[in-house]
Amino acid sequence: MTTLTTPSADNSLLKEVLPDRKIGRVERILGPENYRIVKGLLKTPASILGFILIGIFVLIAIFAPLIAPPVGNDPYKIPRDGFGGEPKPMGTEWKKNVPDIPFWYKAVTGKDEWVHLLGTAQGQYDIFYGIIWGTRTAFKTGFIVVVATFLIGVIIGSISAYYGGIVDNILMRIVDIFMTIPFIMMALIMAAVLTPMIGRSLIPATLALITFGWMGYSRVIRADILSVKQRDFVLAARVAGVKDGRILFKHIIPNAIFPTLVLASLGIGDVVLSFAALSFLGIGTEIGYADWGQVLSFARNWITSLGDYWYIVVWPGLTLMFFVMGWNLVGDAMRDVLDPRMRGKS
Amino acid sequence: MTNYIIRRLLLVPVLLFGVTVIIFAMLQFLEPVERSALYVKDFPKNEKQIEGIIKKYGLDQPIYEQYYRWLVGHVDPATGIRTGGIIYGDFGYSRTGSQPVIDMIKNRFPNTLDLALWTVFPMLSVGIWLGVKAAVHQNGFVDQAARIFSIVGTSFPTFVFGLLVLILFYAKLGWFPPGKMSDWVSQLIFSGQLKQYTHLLTIDALLNGRFDVFWDALKHMILPILTLSYINWATFVRVTRSSMLETLRMEYVVTARAKGLSEKTVINKHARPNAMLTIVTLAGMQVVGLLGGVVITETVFNYPGIGQAAANAAQQLDVVTVLGFAVFNGFILIVANLIVDILYGVIDPRVRLD
Repeated sequence: MTTLTTPSADNSLLKEVLPDRKIGRVERILGPENYRIVKGLLKTPASILGFILIGIFVLIAIFAPLIAPPVGNDPYKIPRDGFGGEPKPMGTEWKKNVPDIPFWYKAVTGKDEWVHLLGTAQGQYDIFYGIIWGTRTAFKTGFIVVVATFLIGVIIGSISAYYGGIVDNILMRIVDIFMTIPFIMMALIMAAVLTPMIGRSLIPATLALITFGWMGYSRVIRADILSVKQRDFVLAARVAGVKDGRILFKHIIPNAIFPTLVLASLGIGDVVLSFAALSFLGIGTEIGYADWGQVLSFARNWITSLGDYWYIVVWPGLTLMFFVMGWNLVGDAMRDVLDPRMRGKS
Repeated sequence: MTNYIIRRLLLVPVLLFGVTVIIFAMLQFLEPVERSALYVKDFPKNEKQIEGIIKKYGLDQPIYEQYYRWLVGHVDPATGIRTGGIIYGDFGYSRTGSQPVIDMIKNRFPNTLDLALWTVFPMLSVGIWLGVKAAVHQNGFVDQAARIFSIVGTSFPTFVFGLLVLILFYAKLGWFPPGKMSDWVSQLIFSGQLKQYTHLLTIDALLNGRFDVFWDALKHMILPILTLSYINWATFVRVTRSSMLETLRMEYVVTARAKGLSEKTVINKHARPNAMLTIVTLAGMQVVGLLGGVVITETVFNYPGIGQAAANAAQQLDVVTVLGFAVFNGFILIVANLIVDILYGVIDPRVRLD
């Protein structure tokens, strides 16, 4: 028996089949299948680039107060340099509401006075501030929506898979219905309905994204639970008389949740994209809130003169694109890793 | 096959019911008097009028009764006039459009349809062509390029891409303007010189033999078409590639090669038609998405389709109008999905047995 678990030196055939491999601590904690997913994610150049992009944004979000020192009480309010209508180009001197000069400023720009690094949008909102503090807004909304949709998805998906039969049928038809509903239309309605009640803020768009964003997770976890449900340890628990709830939460979900968890954590990119789209359509935050979609929506009034005011589109637009791209690059690698047809090939 | 179609048809009422219930549930956030726009044109002003309208249209009734009224309408026993009833196309009155919602849909849907028609061809042909190329030359130059192309494409927010092409092709180069048509075309239509047979501007222009009008219409649509195509190409290339790769590993492809068929025949005759099965579903979904009014693209390019109308209404908090559009949109999605599913069953026998 011992030869089977730890192949000895003279058992060459067995050694060939089961190479003597060290099992690291991370692998022991995650288990072989989850470890394979993590390893796959860290292997391709594309996903590493993705992690780097995400990392940069995380740093920007954390150090936002150092990069762009807040003016006034609410750092999420983009500081305004007066109230003029026309956007001002990059490098214009900052006259009113000038922020403190951050430590890196002289070294990077070589100037003593604070200027509008990326120009101002209509209403003299500083675009640089919008981008830096908008990073925090992006992570905040992304995180809230992902956690909420993940929880709803997991609860519905696991109930559906565990009980099966009629419960499964009803819940999955509800998922079908939610998937049929045109998402952006419903988000528009929700925002239009909620905004008069709670005012322009992050909340209406966030609620809309949660209400219509959980279906994917419930399908994935359902499929994983269906396969875990068949395993012997679940049968053993049932034979031992363990209650339904305990089997589901202690035995099945912990063994089935990892792929959904990874999927959800990478959903932030998509959420931020949808959120920016809603903001752009004018149903997100109040005007002047540091939010990428909000800054971009200023461009809608300047379509005919975008040739001169290109900077109000290009900078926030590229920021948003790189943010989403970071998550997509990692997500793309993950799709390959999670694809059952690819299993055992890496 | 019959069995499959019947099962699929049985799902339609369930979906319709679910979709309308969810949309109607949204209305419950509004005050009864705000909901009156479902039935009356003018917003009631004094207290007495408000009372009367709430009573008359049952806006204080239990939710299920209100839902029923909204769905099939309510016939006044005295006059015999029906009010409400979305199944008759009565979606209420649009305050932002100053006309019944159904008229707004009738005016704008042809524009959305026009745009969708012209987007389908470049979207499908280039997407599939590039995906097949990438799969055939797996890990080669085309494949890597297609990969970058599609990752950038999925990461590009529609409106950012749209604004960027506007900067380049409109603001800088002045080639392709936003909007729907030039002023002289709208004058032509207004004066009745351009007969509107179909209300699709490009088709009408051709039927009238006015190639200058046709070119003008196309010129206004090129940027939205480019934007919509690019956003959809990204997904298309990826799905086509993986579907094609999977097919190329099949044993019948090996057999075809072993028979000594040329690589071209193997790919075009044996592999690609089978890889198409997955692609048909995706293509169906994307075409359906185009019909549903592409809210963001239409808004960016100021193109007067149903998506833009819905976005405008939402921005001005005109819930009843957006609601009407959503119901209409939901109907289209359900019917179109049904057609796609049935077609899919026809093409792929395996689906029917599921």
